[in-house]
Amino acid sequence: MKGVHFENLRDAGDPAELARTHASSGADEIVLLDISATHEGRATLFETVARTAKQLFIPFTVGGGIRALEDAAAVFAAGADKISINSAALADPSLISRIAERFGSQAVVVAIDAKRSPDSASWGAYTHGGRKPTGRDAILWAKQAEDRGAGEILLTSMDRDGTGIGFDCELTRAVAEAVRIPVIASGGAGGAAHFVEVFRSGAADAALAASIFHYGYSNLSDLKKELGSHGIPVRWPC
Amino acid sequence: MIAIVDYGAGNMVSVKKAFDWLRQDCIITSSVAEVGKAAKVVLPGVGHFATTESLSRSGLRDAIQTSINRGVPFLGICVGMQWMFEGSEEAPKTRGLGLLEGACGRFPANVKSPHVGWNSIEVKPSSRLFRGVSPSSFVYFTHSYRAPLTDNTTACCEYGGQFAAAAEKDQLFGVQFHPEKSGETGLKILENFCAL
Repeated sequence: MKGVHFENLRDAGDPAELARTHASSGADEIVLLDISATHEGRATLFETVARTAKQLFIPFTVGGGIRALEDAAAVFAAGADKISINSAALADPSLISRIAERFGSQAVVVAIDAKRSPDSASWGAYTHGGRKPTGRDAILWAKQAEDRGAGEILLTSMDRDGTGIGFDCELTRAVAEAVRIPVIASGGAGGAAHFVEVFRSGAADAALAASIFHYGYSNLSDLKKELGSHGIPVRWPC
Repeated sequence: MIAIVDYGAGNMVSVKKAFDWLRQDCIITSSVAEVGKAAKVVLPGVGHFATTESLSRSGLRDAIQTSINRGVPFLGICVGMQWMFEGSEEAPKTRGLGLLEGACGRFPANVKSPHVGWNSIEVKPSSRLFRGVSPSSFVYFTHSYRAPLTDNTTACCEYGGQFAAAAEKDQLFGVQFHPEKSGETGLKILENFCAL
């Protein structure tokens, strides 16, 4: 599922099928975010995870509805390499360390949904698909998550998500410079130039896009070629 | 039968999944007897070097050493590869198997650590594990410590200076990256190991 501004969710197809298609066309990682999970109070669909993981031989991250160590363990057992946590980590930051101690920091992605404050001076962290403000500063929260043992930060700009007008490079750089772990930029990709921009001026370590690929807006190998021609290191041939 | 040694370090499922895909008979096991019977032994591992201590406590260290002495092919992945060296700066009191010379060290401060993501490797054409793999391929890494370059290095990678991405000595093979997560390239490497 993929939405515009986290509303108007559309069914983009069977996750296992989509993952396989993206992997064979050159995606470097697959992230499956069951973003309605927390909202509707249902657990991540283990069966979907297992079915997706079975034929996937690139890194596979699963997020949504992971509230306890046992939920994470079940997702790993189903074949995920990393879990992504957001609301549950904000509610209980020790969850990050407990999962990291058992499965390693490399397996823990902390997802941060950030939205600019009305005065544009800072970014706040949000939960529940971007509906609930937490009152926390997104950059400070990223640092705390790192201290707790997060291995990567998946940073989504709520202002840009689904718009196709480009990543929030200012936000991405602010977080990337505050932490030593990799930062994956998400939200706003509309074309190749946006990726070049987020790697250059946003100092992102990786970038994520969903709708651009789901709906065939862009072709992955063309995108990689274009990034390569701008001197951005990409996996090639993909 | 391939034995994937389970010593409580990280996720064995993805390694098994890759061997299943290659239609290889394999089990995830922490049994000394099962490891002793296996035609090939794989030691995966993500996490802290100190977790390899449990191999000594459980008797698996001796079982692996015995198999190796009999000429059973062995593949160490990530921390599993690091364990093939004498030790690691990460846990100075923990001894590696010492099959390969030198010790693992950390990355210099000028690069982000851990080293996470796809990176290209330069492969030595003489390597048996990389047979049929393009000499400059991309593979997936996630690690905070790295193995030194030695005469046994079969692939090197550049990240804060060069380090050993793979090593091989007789029937012993080590890869710092995750072949089970490295797409077609990784599957080819595992297939080569199976074919030994």
